[in-house]
Amino acid sequence: MTPRLIALTAVFFGLLAAVAVPLGRYIARVFAGENARTARVLGPVERLVYRLAGVDPASEHDWKQYAGGLLLFSLLTQGISYGVMRLQGSLPFNPTRLPGVAPWLAFNTATSFTTNTNWQSYGGESTMSYLSQALALSSHNFFSAGVGLCVAIALIRGIARRETTKLGNFWVDLVRAHLYVLVPLCLGYALFLVSQGVVQTWAGPAHWTTLDGAAQSLLRGPVASQEAIKMFGTNGGGFFNANSAHPWENPTPLSNFAQMFSIFAIPAALCVTLGEMVKNRRHGWAVFATMTLVSVLAVAALGHFEQVGNPALTHAGADQVASALQCGGNMEGKEARFGIADSALFAVVTTDASCGAVNGMHDSFTPLGGLVPLLDMQLGEVVFGGVGAGMYGVLVYVLLAVFLAGLMVGRTPEYLGKKIDSRDVRMASLYILIPAFSILLFSAVAVLTEVGRAGIMNASAAEVPGAPWHPHPHGLSEILYAFTSASANNGSAFAGLTAYSAAHPVFYAVTLALAMFVGRFPLIVAVLAIAGNMAKKRPVPPGPGSFPVDGGLFVALLLGVILIVGALTFFPALSLGPIVEHFMQR
Amino acid sequence: MKLIRPCLVITAFLLLVCCLAYPAAVTAVAQVGFPRQANGSLITQGGRVRGSSLLGQTFADNAAHPEYFWGRPSAASVDGATGVVYSSGSNYGPLNPALHAEVRARVEALRATGVTSPIPVDLVTTSASGLDPHISPAAAAIQVPRVARARSMSEAVVRALVAAHTEGSTLAVLGEPRVNVLELNLALDAR
Repeated sequence: MTPRLIALTAVFFGLLAAVAVPLGRYIARVFAGENARTARVLGPVERLVYRLAGVDPASEHDWKQYAGGLLLFSLLTQGISYGVMRLQGSLPFNPTRLPGVAPWLAFNTATSFTTNTNWQSYGGESTMSYLSQALALSSHNFFSAGVGLCVAIALIRGIARRETTKLGNFWVDLVRAHLYVLVPLCLGYALFLVSQGVVQTWAGPAHWTTLDGAAQSLLRGPVASQEAIKMFGTNGGGFFNANSAHPWENPTPLSNFAQMFSIFAIPAALCVTLGEMVKNRRHGWAVFATMTLVSVLAVAALGHFEQVGNPALTHAGADQVASALQCGGNMEGKEARFGIADSALFAVVTTDASCGAVNGMHDSFTPLGGLVPLLDMQLGEVVFGGVGAGMYGVLVYVLLAVFLAGLMVGRTPEYLGKKIDSRDVRMASLYILIPAFSILLFSAVAVLTEVGRAGIMNASAAEVPGAPWHPHPHGLSEILYAFTSASANNGSAFAGLTAYSAAHPVFYAVTLALAMFVGRFPLIVAVLAIAGNMAKKRPVPPGPGSFPVDGGLFVALLLGVILIVGALTFFPALSLGPIVEHFMQR
Repeated sequence: MKLIRPCLVITAFLLLVCCLAYPAAVTAVAQVGFPRQANGSLITQGGRVRGSSLLGQTFADNAAHPEYFWGRPSAASVDGATGVVYSSGSNYGPLNPALHAEVRARVEALRATGVTSPIPVDLVTTSASGLDPHISPAAAAIQVPRVARARSMSEAVVRALVAAHTEGSTLAVLGEPRVNVLELNLALDAR
């Protein structure tokens, strides 16, 4: 790690811990209905909505009703998005006269945004009208984050409450998540981004003649407002094809720092919220510490490999050595204003969280540099993770850690005074196994089929002229990355992979959509089932045999479970992709 | 069904807030408070838009313009009919032979202009967006002699202009020192 990357990482996580406290406590108050100050302003609006909707905020749902409302809401909004994209050609706010989005692409994209993935099989500015960006895509940036937040809060309630079947009212939680958390945060943040140079206009493209005499058109749009929720909601779907690398989407090092920070802000705050709601602040900080440790390890590894650079570039005559006048390193697919340090931290943050925004092209990372974001996602997006999704994911790992600790010492495992039974562990196992199966099986199918391999860009066909398919580890990495990103609801890509083309409009559109769906809703149902099961239990007071869920021992155990489960599941696949590729470098 | 009504009403309400009220409020305040930034930080000279201070421009043939500083190579694509620029990186994998060949060709093109010092990596690799407005100070330094020669200016004057368009790290830890190529080239023309 260069000194600047060390300083940047230290400032980043220090500030994150500082902001997590007030924000996390505020989120806890919002979902307990105790946010008196903001409710004074927005309370009347909130109550009006409940009256119109026929919702009694005092009547709470059990886990099945909670899941039912959540699934219906997601299905309906996914349907709206699909319709808007298909019909955009005959709808307003379409200044560049784009036609309707093709059926499978629209299906893939609607699934992608509903599941908080924001995998983009299309180039933003060349495919989506303003209306589609705002109504079909931006809406889900809010909704999917709101839904994630609801599930996390319901699970924490299940852990904190005793002898009840009730987890809260889904509609109330959903409205509160938007009205009191997401929208107010985004309003201020979007304006900050504009002040840095992110565009926000409905005026259509800008035109000019370059120094070279070429007439150019650069598309603009309401980027800042979409950008704010893209980050705070850990969505990641960019307005422009180049995402947060595009200077109109992420113009300055300061806007870049804010973007990284806003990805982690709510997931980090939820650690504090957890501590508040289960009345054990030290437990919340132990979870925060575990996540921070994994992140810092990842930053150190990625920063190291990208700074060392690509030996092939040196052979080609480029100087990758850092000096006072250049950052050096592997600058292919990176922006000069960010260099190695801000690109490395961004890549880790965006893949630790299920964000998927990128400020550099992961496909062009060095082999082991590219392994880091891949492994980050394969750990299950529990290192801060998506809004809500990271918290409910890590709590599943906490249950497993506590369960294993109980097995090791031969006691009935318990978590915060509640005994863990076989139903909890079954659901937790499903939570771990479903994405792993999705990643590995879909990747295997893609590698074994002609249509799957057709999407690969960085195979070695160029080395072997005339060879239609020559196995190359980078091709496997591209495919593995795609299904990992989809199953983990991340959305970043080794973007060389062509996941949608006129020649092959179905295969990746459908398989990736399935992976995204499987990686989202079955897991949410499993989590809510755990929440319902936990809520019913009567807590027993902690005894001398209770395993403490704070302190170094717990952090080490949780860290071990996360890393071992992730590594054991994916090491064979990784060793055939990025690891082999690393040893092929000359 | 007791789920349908809340679902429809709350979806409608959230669409109204998130997709209409929120972006409209941001646009209104942005256009009043930050009109230059909100519209793309455009550079206007004599009523003519020359570009954006945030977006890089490329030359179809660098060698034809020794009098200008060259920016980073770009993998952005341009629609020939409309001139619309679509942002993009190359997405070349690290072992892709096409990447190696392109970097080698760019290094040779720079060597052909008389550069003997090491070639900074950012000047021969494509940026992530294809619209990177900056190069490293090292990449500017190796171009100073060529530009000075082509414009019959002293190297010291050109170097001073480069320094005037060099920005350091923000708050000491954020971002890399960098030179804004379009602003520098316009400043050269204005002399």
